[in-house]
Amino acid sequence: MKPPPFEYVRASTLKEAISTLSHNEDARILAGGQSLMAMMNLRYIFPSILVDINELHELAGISVSPERVRIGAMTRQRAIETSQTLAEVAPIFAEAVHLVGHRQTRNRGTIGGSLCHLDPAAELPTLALLYDCTIEATGPNGPRRIAVADFITGYMTPGIAPDEIVTAVEFGPWKPGHGYGFHEFARRHGDFAIASAAVLIERAADRTIERVAICMGGVGSVPQRHVSGEAALIGTKGDVAAVALAVERCAQLDYVADFHGGEEYRLSVARTMLRRSLADALDETRSGKAAA
Amino acid sequence: MQEITLLVNNRPYSGTVEARTTLADFLRHSLGLKGTHLGCEHGVCGACTVIVDGASVRGCLMLAVQAEGAIVETVEGLAAEDGTLHLLQEAFSREHGLQCGFCTPGMLMTLIELLRETPSPTEMEVREAISGNLCRCTGYQSIVRAVLSVTGRPGGAPGDL
Repeated sequence: MKPPPFEYVRASTLKEAISTLSHNEDARILAGGQSLMAMMNLRYIFPSILVDINELHELAGISVSPERVRIGAMTRQRAIETSQTLAEVAPIFAEAVHLVGHRQTRNRGTIGGSLCHLDPAAELPTLALLYDCTIEATGPNGPRRIAVADFITGYMTPGIAPDEIVTAVEFGPWKPGHGYGFHEFARRHGDFAIASAAVLIERAADRTIERVAICMGGVGSVPQRHVSGEAALIGTKGDVAAVALAVERCAQLDYVADFHGGEEYRLSVARTMLRRSLADALDETRSGKAAA
Repeated sequence: MQEITLLVNNRPYSGTVEARTTLADFLRHSLGLKGTHLGCEHGVCGACTVIVDGASVRGCLMLAVQAEGAIVETVEGLAAEDGTLHLLQEAFSREHGLQCGFCTPGMLMTLIELLRETPSPTEMEVREAISGNLCRCTGYQSIVRAVLSVTGRPGGAPGDL
């Protein structure tokens, strides 16, 4: 199908884009358009005005400093997937973003768009929660910083005002050589994940796990941190019993049943994905390579 | 209505479009370039894949107005002026990489992008590249074979694609 008529505004400044949003209740931001255009073609949604921010090139780009990684909202998923500088400090991004849609959609799709669409099965919101990212949103009163936990307010509902635009995502990199793993299960290549598991691990010199983050996507209405699973691993050396306990505790997360299967099925898939991601993250030969 | 000017297969075009017209519909209906096909119109089938400023995109998920000033490549631009098929098109024909032909333009444009970047892809890389292009006839095997038959050949060099 085709979208119903709408007005199109190509914003040439961020200020113009925000002002258009402020004055039009029914306006939507057009970033990469890889979800929005599909929903408009299917007439699930019909905004009266589209504010295209693709010309705001200042919103695209990745910058890395020892304390902070900053990814502009209009950075294409393909640029994130192939960024050498990002791969050096946060190799999980390339691994996970490679699974986002297909090459053609990654060429257009953006990190800001994916975060605002907030599909629970999407890879980028899962990574954002994994890294405890700070989301920068800019409105009529300038930019403000939102903790990702406050940004994810519910199913496909980002915590920003109608006249705010997500302008960047920031996070602190983990220490060089950290372990990482990302696995997901989807019925078809590039399809939305039935379950995904993202894992980061830092070890002390004696190999004890000092810091761990686990985020599960696809299983519930929003991506979820697997806090009790993290607790099962911290202070251990990632032995079989600790991994088994973290996997067992997946039962404590929220699950949503759909046409793919019931909650039991999703739990089972989630456990398998977590087991695989933990195996990767605990594999020190792999993390060693990432540090090089 | 919006005025747009763009370059399609090295030819300049200008036109007036409704904001809601997708790039694929603009190519087909306004420019008469009907080689670009539309299947699902929600970004799943890949039939409408065209190359915009060097990157493959879904023609159904991009508005024509967004292609203002862009360099667009479609399947019509692959063969030479005299009709001589592009190396990859010839390989599709030779290896039975198409039956009904509906997915073919999208397959070709996706693969052109792949071969420009990776002149000698592995079978895995080829399969992954076309994972976003649905074909209901060939079962992909002959498409993959067609691509692999031209990889790494002198004529398959990036400059020729």
